[in-house]
Amino acid sequence: MAEKERHGDAAGAFWSGAITFGLVSIQVDLYSAHRPKSAALRMVDRHGAPLRRRYFCPRDHKPLEREEIVRGYEIEEGRFILVSDEELEALEPKKSREIDLRCFVDAAELDPVYFEHAYFLLPAGSVSKPYRLLARIMENSGKAGIATFVMREREHLVAILAEKGILRAETLRFADEIRSPEDTGLPSPEKAPAAKVKQIRRAMKKLQGREFDRELLHDRRRRLLLELVDRKLKAAEDVVEKPPAAEAEGAEIIDLMEIIKKRFTERGGAPA
Amino acid sequence: MAARAIWRGIILLADVSVPVKLYGAVEEKTIHFRLLHGKDQTPVRQEMVHPETGEVVPAEAIHHGYETEDGKMVILTNEELKSLDPESSRQIEILRFLPRSAIDHRWYERPYLLGPDGDPEAYHALAEALGSSDTEGLARWIMRNREYHGVLRLLGHRPVLITLRHAEEVVSLEELNIPAGREMDKKELAMAEQLVAAMADTFDPARYRDEYRERVMGLITAKAKGKIIELHRAAPKKTTRNLKKALEGSLRTAGMRKHG
Repeated sequence: MAEKERHGDAAGAFWSGAITFGLVSIQVDLYSAHRPKSAALRMVDRHGAPLRRRYFCPRDHKPLEREEIVRGYEIEEGRFILVSDEELEALEPKKSREIDLRCFVDAAELDPVYFEHAYFLLPAGSVSKPYRLLARIMENSGKAGIATFVMREREHLVAILAEKGILRAETLRFADEIRSPEDTGLPSPEKAPAAKVKQIRRAMKKLQGREFDRELLHDRRRRLLLELVDRKLKAAEDVVEKPPAAEAEGAEIIDLMEIIKKRFTERGGAPA
Repeated sequence: MAARAIWRGIILLADVSVPVKLYGAVEEKTIHFRLLHGKDQTPVRQEMVHPETGEVVPAEAIHHGYETEDGKMVILTNEELKSLDPESSRQIEILRFLPRSAIDHRWYERPYLLGPDGDPEAYHALAEALGSSDTEGLARWIMRNREYHGVLRLLGHRPVLITLRHAEEVVSLEELNIPAGREMDKKELAMAEQLVAAMADTFDPARYRDEYRERVMGLITAKAKGKIIELHRAAPKKTTRNLKKALEGSLRTAGMRKHG
């Protein structure tokens, strides 16, 4: 079990470590519950050569090398405080392999505006019993565990939720990033004319449904884009061989579903 | 200071229309740095250049490439991409109303607060009707050349729209297999239950702060004054590998009486 920690994160996992509550420790790997957004396009020239991003000094129009560029925070118009990579690194929270649950709250109490990104937590190593135990209890009691943890050099606030026997971590936005209706200048709730309320209630009733159909939420633009690409491929119009140099910059896409399926099947019949 | 609306639309609920203004409910506080030319501290300009010649390609000459799995690049022009844009509209169409738990958090992307836009009666009536219902609306609208889906519900007694991710982005729970194993020990289950109960609390978001952001701001302020700041780091927590012992120990610490 400790091997994973020595060798870093499991393949494709954003983070590997342990959920702890009290003195109990549960080894988990964390995977995004979201796939990357739509079909990615690259910037190319009219012959299809992938372009490169370069920085220029606007004064002498000279392309700049990485070491000639510094980072500055503008404290007032045109006045910058320089901050180096080393200085920022020193401020990063210390790498930690723990999601330490500080308390359990009613999951229904968590305001939806806080939710930022969802991750699945999968049991790591050969022991799944504590994982199943926590998932069962949280699901039965409708509780969510609250914790902070360090992932990718940042401290995140998370709610750990259980659904259908699977633990999920939802990163939460910090309170000072949420605008209240009062900050926004929205009017206070007021009594509305009864006839108008009745009219809206009737309209709501007319639209009443029971099940959420995820088919409704397909990305129409992505489908149109893929159709356009297909038409061009069939007509062999504006299609070029990808230059070999383009390979290196393209990010490796990991099929999350494959990893998740494999992990759960492997874990499936294993003795706890 | 009142926030500025980012968009105006009209909610269409069957035969009722409610004009609203949208306000971002999230205000990112991420600290943004500018990239500067070190020599003269001038903000740099970013350009796209040809990979071989290094020549700058002007914005109007930039095309878009879609890479296929078999190593081809399909070239698309700005006009072709623009032709995929949906027709713009002010309508926020409500497709249906669903039980509140039907769409879970994994779909949520970004919340927008709604304010009235010229018809306060309709706005307050919408809030009142939503408040007395245990359902939420599934909405669809076109904003800034993009199609959005969202949930229409109440937040702090005001209507909000929370945009939803596309079906392609959300991994379905049905696709996963639930971790299985031997039946759980009743005693351990009971102890874990007690432990969770002992650690029960109410959620107070104000208790948590982005300490990294605060440290970076602290560094900037200190540097502006010509100072250097110190860091503090926490040590990792001790845990034990034996589940039963761990539960027992935790319960003792939580001040609970152990069951025989």
